[in-house]
Amino acid sequence: MAHEIIMAGFGGQGVMAMGKILVEAAMEEGKNVSWLPSYGPEMRGGTANCSVIVSDEPIGAPIVTEATAAIVMNRPSLDKYESMVVPGGALLINSSLIDKKATREDIKVHYVPANDIAQELGTDKVANIVMLGAYIQASGAASADSIMNIITQMFAGKKATVIPLNKEALLRGAACIK
Amino acid sequence: MAKELWKGNEAVAEAAIKAGCRFFFGYPITPQNEIPEYMAMKMPQIDGCFLQAESEVAAINMVYGAAGAGARVMTSSSSPGISLKQEGITYIAGAELPCVIVNMVRGGPGLGSIQPAQSDYFQACKGGGHGDYRLIVLAPASVQEAVDLVQEAFDIADQYRNPVMILGDGMMGQMMEPVEFKEVKKRSLPEKTWATVGTKGKRKPNVVNSLYIDAADCHNHNVDLFKKYAEIEKNEVRVDTYNVENAEIVFVAYGTTARIVKNAINSLAKEGIKAGLIRPVTLWPYPYKAIEEAAEKASVKAFMSVEMSMGQMVEDVKLGANGKKPVYFYGKAGGAFPTPKGIAEEAKKILGGAK
Amino acid sequence: MAVVFEKTRGLAEKPFHYCPGCTHGIIHRLVAESLDELNLIDDAIGVAPVGCAVFAYDYFNCDMQEAAHGRAPATATGIKRVHPKSAVFTYQGDGDLASIGAAEIVHAAMRGEKITTIFVNNAIYGMTGGQMAPTTLVGQKATTAPYGRDENHAGMPLRISEMLATIPKAVFVERVSVHDVKHIIQAKKAIKKAFQTQMEGKGFSLVEVVSTCPTNWGKTPIEALKWLQENMIPYYPLGNFRNTEEVK
Repeated sequence: MAHEIIMAGFGGQGVMAMGKILVEAAMEEGKNVSWLPSYGPEMRGGTANCSVIVSDEPIGAPIVTEATAAIVMNRPSLDKYESMVVPGGALLINSSLIDKKATREDIKVHYVPANDIAQELGTDKVANIVMLGAYIQASGAASADSIMNIITQMFAGKKATVIPLNKEALLRGAACIK
Repeated sequence: MAKELWKGNEAVAEAAIKAGCRFFFGYPITPQNEIPEYMAMKMPQIDGCFLQAESEVAAINMVYGAAGAGARVMTSSSSPGISLKQEGITYIAGAELPCVIVNMVRGGPGLGSIQPAQSDYFQACKGGGHGDYRLIVLAPASVQEAVDLVQEAFDIADQYRNPVMILGDGMMGQMMEPVEFKEVKKRSLPEKTWATVGTKGKRKPNVVNSLYIDAADCHNHNVDLFKKYAEIEKNEVRVDTYNVENAEIVFVAYGTTARIVKNAINSLAKEGIKAGLIRPVTLWPYPYKAIEEAAEKASVKAFMSVEMSMGQMVEDVKLGANGKKPVYFYGKAGGAFPTPKGIAEEAKKILGGAK
Repeated sequence: MAVVFEKTRGLAEKPFHYCPGCTHGIIHRLVAESLDELNLIDDAIGVAPVGCAVFAYDYFNCDMQEAAHGRAPATATGIKRVHPKSAVFTYQGDGDLASIGAAEIVHAAMRGEKITTIFVNNAIYGMTGGQMAPTTLVGQKATTAPYGRDENHAGMPLRISEMLATIPKAVFVERVSVHDVKHIIQAKKAIKKAFQTQMEGKGFSLVEVVSTCPTNWGKTPIEALKWLQENMIPYYPLGNFRNTEEVK
C-alpha cells in the first residue's frame, strides 16, 4: 500500500510541518517515506506544498503527480490539486477557509473545519494537526499513537505544555471522518 | 545506527563532515543553501572552517588553496554558481588536487529557474572549463545514496588526486528521506607528499601548479592525466540496473529521474510491457559497457534516455548502443520534470512504432 | 675573509627570467631576505600570480602555489585557513591584483586574512605585452591605449593602497619604491613589518611596490627609473597608509 499525498496551503499554515510529522511517524512504524517541499519565492508567504509518500514498498519518484490523497488548506490549493487525485482517492478540504465544494464525484471528499476546531481549542496554530488527525483517520497512513510520539518528542522540554493541546487537535480532527 | 530523516542538502553536509572534511568555502544560491548553512553551524564546533566567500569564483580558488595545502575540502553550489566555478575547477584538475564539489542542479540557461534540472550534464561530464580534463561525476538517486557517495567521494578524490563532483538536483537537495550514516569502507590512500605544508627546511619546495609553459611539457602533462583517467575508467564505473532481463525497452536515467522512471516501469508492467532501467551512478566514467550489453540482447528493441533536460546524456547512450539499437529521448527542461505517465506513453509509442 | 653579502637562502637556485632593468628581481630578493631573516622561510607558503611573476614559484625557496589570474588572495585564504601558523603571502602585479582580482583583494582585506600581499605596481600589463592596466597613468601609452590613457574613456588610475587603507582589518598598508638604494632599504623594512604584522595575527598586510617595466614602457632601465620618479611617485605617493600602531 502506498499513500501518495499532496499537502498544500498558504505559507504559515503548517503544511510542511504536517508532512514532516507524518513521515517521521510512519518511519518509526517501519514504513518507507519521503517528503519533498516546494521551494523558492513561494516559501516566503505565498502558497506552500509538499509531496509526501508513505509506502510499504521502496519509494520510486519522491514527487507526487497522481495523489492518493490531497489535503488542501486554502482555496487556491483546492483549485490546483483537486484534479491530481486518482479516482477513488481522498480529498480533505479545510472547510473553515474554503467555502467552495469539490466538483469531482469519483473521489472521497472530506470537509474538515480545521480552523474552527483549532480556534475552539484556543489557537489557529493547531489547524494543521486537526487536518492531520482527519487524514490518518481516513487513510491509516500512520497511527494516532505514532503521531503523538513524534509530537511529544518535538515539544519535549519547555514547550511540553502544548502536547495535550496537539493531542486534542489530532483527536478532534479524526472525529470529523465518518 | 537507526535511520533518521534528513533533508538532502543537510545530509550531504553531514556526510562530508563524517568523511573528515574540515574546510568548506561557499556562496549562497538556491536550491543548495542548506549545505553552507549547515557547515556554518557545524564547522566551528569541530575546529573546522566554514567561510562564505565573496563569490563562487573566490570560493573555488579557496578550495584550490586549501586542497593544495593538504586539507579535505568541499564547496557546493547550483548551476549558475557552478558556471562561475569552472575557472577554479579546471585549475584544480590541472594541478591534480583532490576536492569534492556539489552541484544541486537547477534549470538553465542563464538565471533559468530554481527548480530541479539535469541540464548541467555536459558541463559536468564533457568539460565545463577549458582544456582536456575530467571530473569524476557521481549521481545519487536517493538521500541515502548521496550520503554514501559523498563519504566515498573524498577517498576517491584523494586516491586519484582529482576533483569529484556530486551531481544532484534541486529535488535531491530539498527532499527528506530516512538516512543511516554507515561506516564507509576506507580506501588505502597515498600520503600527500606533494602538498604545500612548509618545507621545514628538510626538502625541496613543493609547487602546486597547472602551468607547463613548454608545449612538449604540457603535452606530456596531458598524457599523464589521461593515463590516470584511463585508470579511473577501468576501476570506478558504477551502474545500477532494474528489470533489464527480457526488457523490450530499456530506459537510461540517472539521479532522481531514475526514480520517476521506475514508477513508469511498474505501471508499464501492469499493462504487460516489459521495460527495464540502466541507472548510471558514475556519469564519468560512463557505464558504456552496460548499455552495449543491453543493446546486444535480442529482447531489447530500443533505448530511451529520460532526463530533466533537452537531451544531454542521450549522446552517451548512443555511444554505448553504437547503432545496434535505436536510442530515443524523452525529457522536460527548465525545472519541469517528466512524469511516470508521460514516460510510459512515450515508451508505448516507440514500441508500437517498432513493431 | 668576512662575508659582506651573500644570496639569501630564501631564494632558490634558479636564475630569474626577468627583462634587463626590471625591478621584480630586487623585490623577490627583499621578500626572500625578509622571510629568511624572520625565520619564516621553512614554514612559508607563497602564492604566485598570473603575469610576469608567474614563475615566482620557481624562485622562492619555500612551498608555493600558482593561482589563477587575480585569485591569489582567495587561494592564500584557503592555505592560511589550513595552516594558520605559516607565513602565507601573495605576490601580485597590477593587472592581477587591481583589475581581475579586485574583488579577491578587497575581500581578503575585509576579512582581515592573516596574509601578506606584495603588490608590484608598474602601471602596465607586462607578460601579455604592454596593455593598459587599472594603474596606467593618464596620458600613458599602452598597446590597448595607443593614444594614451584618456580619463574620460578609461577613468582614472586606481590607488590601491589608499583604497585598502580604508578597510578596518587591513592593518598594515604601505607604498614603497625600489628606484634607488635608499628606497630599497625602506622597502625591505616595510616588507618585514608586513610579515611581522601577519605573524602577530593582527590582520591583513600589503606592501605596494612602485616598479618599472622598461620593456613595455619603451625605455632604457635608467630612463625607466627616472620616469618612475617623475611620473609614478607624484600620482602614487610613497608612505605608510596604515600600521598596527594605529590599530587598537
